[in-house]
Amino acid sequence: MPTTAPATGAAPQRAAAGLFDPKLLLAALPDAVRKLDPRVMVKNPVMFVVEVGSAVTTVAAVADPSVFAWAITGWLWLTTVFANLAEAVAEGRGKAQAESLRRARTESVARRLTDWPSSREEEEVPGTALRSGDHVVVEAGQVIPGDGDVVEGVASVDESAITGESAPVIRESGGDRSAVTGGTRVLSDRIVVRITSEPGRTFIDRMIALVEGAARQKTPNEIALNILLASLTVVFLIAVVTLQPMATYAGAPQPTVVLVALIVALIPTTIGALLSAIGIAGMDRLVQRNVLAMSGRAVEAAGDVDTLLLDKTGTITLGNRQAAAFLPAPGVGADELADAAQLSSLADEISEGRSIVVLAKTGHGLRERAQGELAHAAWVPFSARTRMSGVDVDGRQVRKGAAGSVAHWVTSGGGSVGAEVAALVDGISAAGGTPLVVAERHGARAPRVLGVVHLKDVVKEGMRERFEELRRMGIRTVMITGDNPLTAKAIAEEAGVDDFLAEATPEDKMALIKQEQAGGKLVVMTGDGTNNAPALAQSDVGVAMNTGTMAAKEAGNMVDLDSNPTKLIEIVEIGKQLLITRGALTTFSIANDVAKYFAIIPAMFAGVYPGLRHLNVMGLHSPTSAITSAVVFNALVIVGLVPLALRGVKYRPTDASSLLARNIGIYGIGGLVVPFVGIKAIDLLVQFVPGLS
Amino acid sequence: MLAFSALSVLFLYGLIRLQTHLLLSLGVPEMEAHQAWNTAVSFTTNTNWQSYSGESAMGHLVQMAGLAVQNFVSAAVGIAVVAALIRGFTRHRTDRVGNFWVDLTRISLRLLLPLSIVLALVLAASGMVQNLHGFHQVTTLTGGTQSIPGGPVASQEVVKLLGTNGGGFYNANSAHPFENPTGFTNWLEVFLLLVIPFALPRTFGRMVGDHRQGYAVVAVMGLFWAASTALVTFFEHQHAGSALQAAGAALEGKEQRFGVAASSLFAASTTLTSTGAVNSFHDSFTPFGGGLTVFDMMLGEIAPGGTGSGLYGMLVLAVVAVFVAGLMVGRTPEYLGKKLGGREMKFASLYILTTPVLVLIGTGAAIALPGERAGMLNSGPHGFSEVLYAFTSASNNNGSAFAGITVNTTWYDTALGLAMVLGRFLPMVFVLALAGSLARQQPVPVSAGTLPTHRPLFVGLLSSVVLIVVGLTYFPALALGPIAEGLH
Repeated sequence: MPTTAPATGAAPQRAAAGLFDPKLLLAALPDAVRKLDPRVMVKNPVMFVVEVGSAVTTVAAVADPSVFAWAITGWLWLTTVFANLAEAVAEGRGKAQAESLRRARTESVARRLTDWPSSREEEEVPGTALRSGDHVVVEAGQVIPGDGDVVEGVASVDESAITGESAPVIRESGGDRSAVTGGTRVLSDRIVVRITSEPGRTFIDRMIALVEGAARQKTPNEIALNILLASLTVVFLIAVVTLQPMATYAGAPQPTVVLVALIVALIPTTIGALLSAIGIAGMDRLVQRNVLAMSGRAVEAAGDVDTLLLDKTGTITLGNRQAAAFLPAPGVGADELADAAQLSSLADEISEGRSIVVLAKTGHGLRERAQGELAHAAWVPFSARTRMSGVDVDGRQVRKGAAGSVAHWVTSGGGSVGAEVAALVDGISAAGGTPLVVAERHGARAPRVLGVVHLKDVVKEGMRERFEELRRMGIRTVMITGDNPLTAKAIAEEAGVDDFLAEATPEDKMALIKQEQAGGKLVVMTGDGTNNAPALAQSDVGVAMNTGTMAAKEAGNMVDLDSNPTKLIEIVEIGKQLLITRGALTTFSIANDVAKYFAIIPAMFAGVYPGLRHLNVMGLHSPTSAITSAVVFNALVIVGLVPLALRGVKYRPTDASSLLARNIGIYGIGGLVVPFVGIKAIDLLVQFVPGLS
Repeated sequence: MLAFSALSVLFLYGLIRLQTHLLLSLGVPEMEAHQAWNTAVSFTTNTNWQSYSGESAMGHLVQMAGLAVQNFVSAAVGIAVVAALIRGFTRHRTDRVGNFWVDLTRISLRLLLPLSIVLALVLAASGMVQNLHGFHQVTTLTGGTQSIPGGPVASQEVVKLLGTNGGGFYNANSAHPFENPTGFTNWLEVFLLLVIPFALPRTFGRMVGDHRQGYAVVAVMGLFWAASTALVTFFEHQHAGSALQAAGAALEGKEQRFGVAASSLFAASTTLTSTGAVNSFHDSFTPFGGGLTVFDMMLGEIAPGGTGSGLYGMLVLAVVAVFVAGLMVGRTPEYLGKKLGGREMKFASLYILTTPVLVLIGTGAAIALPGERAGMLNSGPHGFSEVLYAFTSASNNNGSAFAGITVNTTWYDTALGLAMVLGRFLPMVFVLALAGSLARQQPVPVSAGTLPTHRPLFVGLLSSVVLIVVGLTYFPALALGPIAEGLH
């Protein structure tokens, strides 16, 4: 998706996905220190224990100073700061985006229509005074003062402040393109907007709050993980606290500093420190793809979805039917048919007509004729009543259109439609295509059928592979279309979707969602129109298109600023990636403890029970260097994993078993091995520090 | 369930205290209050920790109407609780997970009683004592006199093992010739104590409608059981001391009739099943062998564990394993179609928190109190192991003793009694709460994105979660006990 900086200066500059700059760490440092406030820390039980531990060792180090005590104290505080740093960096990226959004939210003056539509009287009020239900008029060059729907007129609007896309979009009254967003600028024409938001609750305000993380609440899964982490923390806390009497009995009472070091090394600090950063970064990755999630809960749910409802048009197919072949009637040459079809389509501005001209050129070498070349041509436009279009030129009438209409035109003129043509028409319909019959009439002669144009929906490239991927992820795709079942079936087969809903009304869509949900499935869908709003609200993840109506945007829990429905697949992947990152780092964090025990336990007790020196498998230099190395490793691994937490664990769409095997291999086994290497390496350096050897 | 168990404790307490006034008391002396409390709790909680000596403290009436009854019902309570948990997985959108009374009655009458009657006859036929006689005075080969009580041993023995209770009729438990007369009865006893815990996963598989789920659970149990038995046997054969090397193995405290291998098998099985019956004395095992028996209990009595309690313990750990692994496949974790959210994790976390807290705080307190330290028979790390063993055994409702430690003091009776009550009923409450929370949910359909919980990968994962969670919790304590003693 385009994330490049748009031409207009006020538009936000978005950070490229996955980019991580060490400078960000420095910039976030003041925030990280500010977060040491215990009232803030207490929300994260694991890191709160570390902070309390740091405070305790500080007191112990003051009371009984030594290089070792101060080294441990210093690194414990650093551990706490590093944890805050991760969160601050994640938030920092959002803050930069929020800043540029704020610039867009300029204090505007609104021209309120006091008694619209009965009168056109205006009054000038500040934009902040607007209430839901007010009507305002906005003209070229003015900023739209609040969110709302266009109720009169049509205008081009620059929405780059929100979407980062500099190309203007058209907004008009009625239909599904009526929503305008406060803070965007009208480039041409004049529109009347009915305001739909209360001050301070506009879309742009919500966006700012979202990217800043101010509206962030813990998601259900985050809460569950926090409970597990808290209970592990309690277990280790008890294990270490009760260790002291046992150690005293063994004749080796331990100094407070060592006990605190052991607690901090054992409790799952790695995941505890990075947990909130992972959540913030997940939302942020969506923002970078120009998708705004209204809650973290929605991002998580995206990872869980079982069923994907995709609209056919624009998502699975290119959106317009294209001519695929000319099928001539018996006794008619293909070129003759192509020529007639081309002639009848020259005046068509719709893309079906254009594609006929293109096919005639590429498939039959027919030069495109300009409309002006045929001086005496009388164009017959398409109408819903005749369902035909064509041209009358030099006494020759050419018509093309729906099979029934053209057949009627032919037979009423005294001609006949052969059985072969009828067979062609049926064949195209059965294959999911749309048949257009072409016929001509010279003067007063009976009209004759020239043949049939096969129009078909063109499935976007690569869709089959993507659906294949989704199937491997365990997600079922259902195509929604207004087409008849026959056409729908053909396209569904071509695109490789699992199921389709043909001749779908909004009610059918709603019923389908409810039916899936009754089976315990989670459903994700996109929509833009107001009639989609109930279904968007009902679905577990509803992605509203930014081009859609305000009602749709309110009903969904995500908004795609690019209005690209294909992005659903990316949204699902980001949701999964978020959960995988949490699981991977939890596994890593717990697996790390094994090595830390082997570093610290022999250091504590090899003095009284010399046999325990055999547990010092890493061959660490001395008890003090061993404990210091474990604590230093514990702190550094947090910083080392910040980029991973922000970027997310690499995700490849595949089935659960291979995904699990892969992640256990990397983060489970890796988590066992890495600290052995890391602690040993740190020990090799630390042993040279005077006072620690 | 709680009310039933509380009544059981009271009844048993009264029965023990009043036994001198009742029939068949054999004239044993009245038991002190703290010991009676400890015993009543011990049998009700399926622990069967015995701070008294069976033959000299209990008359036949208490043995039969008190202890044996609890041997049945405490085992049935465990199975009833796990049945409720399984129903939590299988039932949807309901707050009903079964009727405790119905379950209790059915399990007692249809499962435990018939099996016990048949097998008690087999045991009696194999030479086990079954009568209502009092003390017999016999003249021994060396000319001294000995007083040996008879009693309804076989009938009690069968349920002691079948219900993974472990409270012996005699003080020497299954090392006593009347309680375990032959090699055959020894094998039969090992079989009996393993049979129900190892069979329940099949029940589980059947109830959730997918036998493979049960096989995965039983595979993890079997893995631990086989590994532990092999290791204990190995360590008992490998010993440092010169006398032991001469003998070829560590024979102290083992019945010569059974030998090292059968003793090790019995030791591993009894500590892994929360039975706590012994045919040898774990205090005399080698440091690592004895350490393993402690570790077996620390696993939380899950491989295969007590009747019912083993399976629910394993299922709670499976919930934790699924939670972590489920995240790693990118979905809100779900086990058997039920999502594991905050509520479920709260109860699972509290469950795994309870026993370590009891064991460690109990041991820490005992070791910190000068009077209680005096109760140890040995000093140094071995003495510490004795205390650790006692609290591990009580909190995990095993009931076997390392011996060597004098536990019939007011403090130990009370503290271990509390450890038994809390170690039994707190986890049960959490399991039932978990069951309720699961039953309320709507099931999630299985797809290719769902974590499969019946494959070898999951068996390996669950095993490592069990090992790491237990290992990490108890490593410092184990390092100061068996490991310090074993490494030179």
